[in-house]
Amino acid sequence: MTFLSLNDIKPGEKATVSRITATGPIRRRLMDIGFTKNAHITCVGESPHRDPRAFLVRGAVIAIRSEDCKNILVYK
Amino acid sequence: MEYARPIPEENKLIIKKRNKNDKVIALVGNPNVGKSTVFNALTGLNQHTGNWPGKTVTNAQGYFETDKNSFVLVDLPGTYSLFAHSAEEEAARNFICFEKPDACIVICDATCLERNLNLVLQTLEITDKIIVCVNLMDEAKRKQIDVNLDALERFLGVPVVGISARNKKTLKKLTNALDKLILSDFTLNAYIPKYSEPIEEAIALVKDAISSALGEKINSRWLALRLFDADSLLLAELKRFFGFNITENERIKEALKTAKDALLEKGITTGDLNDMIVSSLVEDAFCINKKVTASDKSKISTDQKIDRLLTSRFTGYPVMLILLFFIFWLTITGANYPSGLLSKGFSYLENVLYNFLAQINLPAKVNEALSFGVFRVLSWVVSVMLPPMAIFFPLFTFLEDVGYLPRIAYNLDKPFKKCSACGKQALTMCMGFGCNAAGVTACRIIDSPRERLIAILTNNFVPCNGRFPAMISIITIFFIGSSGGLFSSFSAAFILSCVIVLGILMTLFMSSVLSKTLLKGIPSSFTLELPPYRRPQVIKIIVRSIFDRTLFVLGRAVSIAAPAGLIIWLLANITLAGTSLLGYLVNFLDPFAKLLGLDGELFMAFILGFPANEIVIPIALMAYTKGAVLTELGSLSQIQNILIANGWTQITACCTIIFSLFHFPCSTTMLTIKKETGSIKWTLAAFLIPTAVGMTLCFLVANIARFVSFIM
Repeated sequence: MTFLSLNDIKPGEKATVSRITATGPIRRRLMDIGFTKNAHITCVGESPHRDPRAFLVRGAVIAIRSEDCKNILVYK
Repeated sequence: MEYARPIPEENKLIIKKRNKNDKVIALVGNPNVGKSTVFNALTGLNQHTGNWPGKTVTNAQGYFETDKNSFVLVDLPGTYSLFAHSAEEEAARNFICFEKPDACIVICDATCLERNLNLVLQTLEITDKIIVCVNLMDEAKRKQIDVNLDALERFLGVPVVGISARNKKTLKKLTNALDKLILSDFTLNAYIPKYSEPIEEAIALVKDAISSALGEKINSRWLALRLFDADSLLLAELKRFFGFNITENERIKEALKTAKDALLEKGITTGDLNDMIVSSLVEDAFCINKKVTASDKSKISTDQKIDRLLTSRFTGYPVMLILLFFIFWLTITGANYPSGLLSKGFSYLENVLYNFLAQINLPAKVNEALSFGVFRVLSWVVSVMLPPMAIFFPLFTFLEDVGYLPRIAYNLDKPFKKCSACGKQALTMCMGFGCNAAGVTACRIIDSPRERLIAILTNNFVPCNGRFPAMISIITIFFIGSSGGLFSSFSAAFILSCVIVLGILMTLFMSSVLSKTLLKGIPSSFTLELPPYRRPQVIKIIVRSIFDRTLFVLGRAVSIAAPAGLIIWLLANITLAGTSLLGYLVNFLDPFAKLLGLDGELFMAFILGFPANEIVIPIALMAYTKGAVLTELGSLSQIQNILIANGWTQITACCTIIFSLFHFPCSTTMLTIKKETGSIKWTLAAFLIPTAVGMTLCFLVANIARFVSFIM
């Protein structure tokens, strides 16, 4: 199974979180809003500049910048 | 960093009970689940509400009564968790833990229950005196999400009620449950989140040590969990609560060490432990949610379809610009007629007032000061300001309520990131259109202190509602002509939109300059929640924005305009050696003001308008006319004649608009900035930066124009 980051998930695609590699406050924040191991994620759209992008996680839509997406490892 | 200052001291909450039997109830919940709506509905107060996460930034308290009890209700800021990673989370946690409210109401969003349950579980770890209040049941129904409240109540073992806070009748269920819960013999069998075996063993060790050392003053299981990795803020709070440093207690110290060693032996470090605790809670929430919520996920939700239009690559920006234009067009077109009508009405009343005061034999000078000084400035303020405000505020509130503002932040994040700022600054900037002071307060939603300060310092670069009407009048008079008709209102709205875009570009430019000079740094990580769109309550929006905002702002403007009008009239009519005092003042300011393309009267009006920007143009008009009798009727043509008679050209108009857009914040905003930054230095910077920008631009425009007309 190849590991991807959230940046590899295109709008409309689904993925499952395998690991969060972010550190510091953003790590806690991401986990609090539901980016924990095995969470199901759907990319629901991107902003006009294609960054940030919006993800459906645990029933809510959250926008995340590409710098932070790369620290969320997922598999399809 | 010296500018890190999460919660201003004066916002620390002190509970004021009206009588000693009052029960203290805390409202807890994720951001944007309707806490303030519930708060308002129960207490009858008017906390500002809107559809964007982080809107409630101060703790508010209010009172309400049921047949059996009286309550103090505390509206805590919205938090995703109680692990205290941010100032809001810390405030909420400290209140629940250490202030010991009689009960907590955890508000959940029925359309997004899973994530909300995480906070419910975290609250349950601290106290079992909670009611889970599932709000937005109506929205959930509309989205075909079915929440089984009975099942949820069975799982959690605490009262669960479903409400739609915007429908006051449904709140009865909540107050009934509250009455029942606070009865001392009401027994609960609350669910307690469990962790994996090694963690439970560690908890048991420390928990026993805590209860034997400290008794049951605090939930020992919760404290045990926190002590594995307590931060200095929590330790300080605990020290304040217990009166001594509990980690120096021998038993607790011993137990903690044993527990940590045991965990390490199993390969669990403190960092792992935190992750495991968070994950376990989230997993619990997932399982509970799965059992109580049913939804039809096959369809693409309407929200996503709307988002596709409002935020896509090709339509995101055009829609923003069209909305901006459309709002101004409605404001300008709608305000035109009532403005003229008000102006005529006031002219008539001015005569009536003058004649009446003459009849009761008031000295002529006093009569003139009152009629042509105070009353006339007031009538200008009302007739020029009221109609545009009464139209713009509801439109703005509509966008806020529907949930469009976070989408603007989403669209504009990349440009703000390029300027090393936070995308949420776009949201606080939008709040600035309503009122810059509100915009500055809203900056608390930005987590990074550096980025928050940038947002505060640049908020004044977008014009607040108090500055629009003057801009609209000047644009109409000097760039459109007062011929009226559809074309002229279109052009006026177009020019005004361009002015706003200039303000936004300047916000970005100054953010970037600040990031490279005074506030060096790189953009930090951020997450932005895009809340579900909510159906706006049109009547409520209109009533609320007119009574709470328009009339409030107008009241402030009028209370400042009256004395200012009197001062100007007196200055204009008291002469010294053949020249009026106003003449001296204006002559003194004139040379400098001329350099900026303005004139002495106007510059003085900007200075006198410091307490309320709304009065700048009326004060300038008063200074021009010096309280003389006016013959011309009808608002715009009257103003036009006065301005042109006093040497206004398109260049003057242009410079006035620029200076109106870029100058020092009003006094209310300055006070807010002082409160939010806690620093005189930054408050001063907030004063100087826009003023310097405005003066530079005005100087350039005025002198380039002079130069061009000189060589042509």
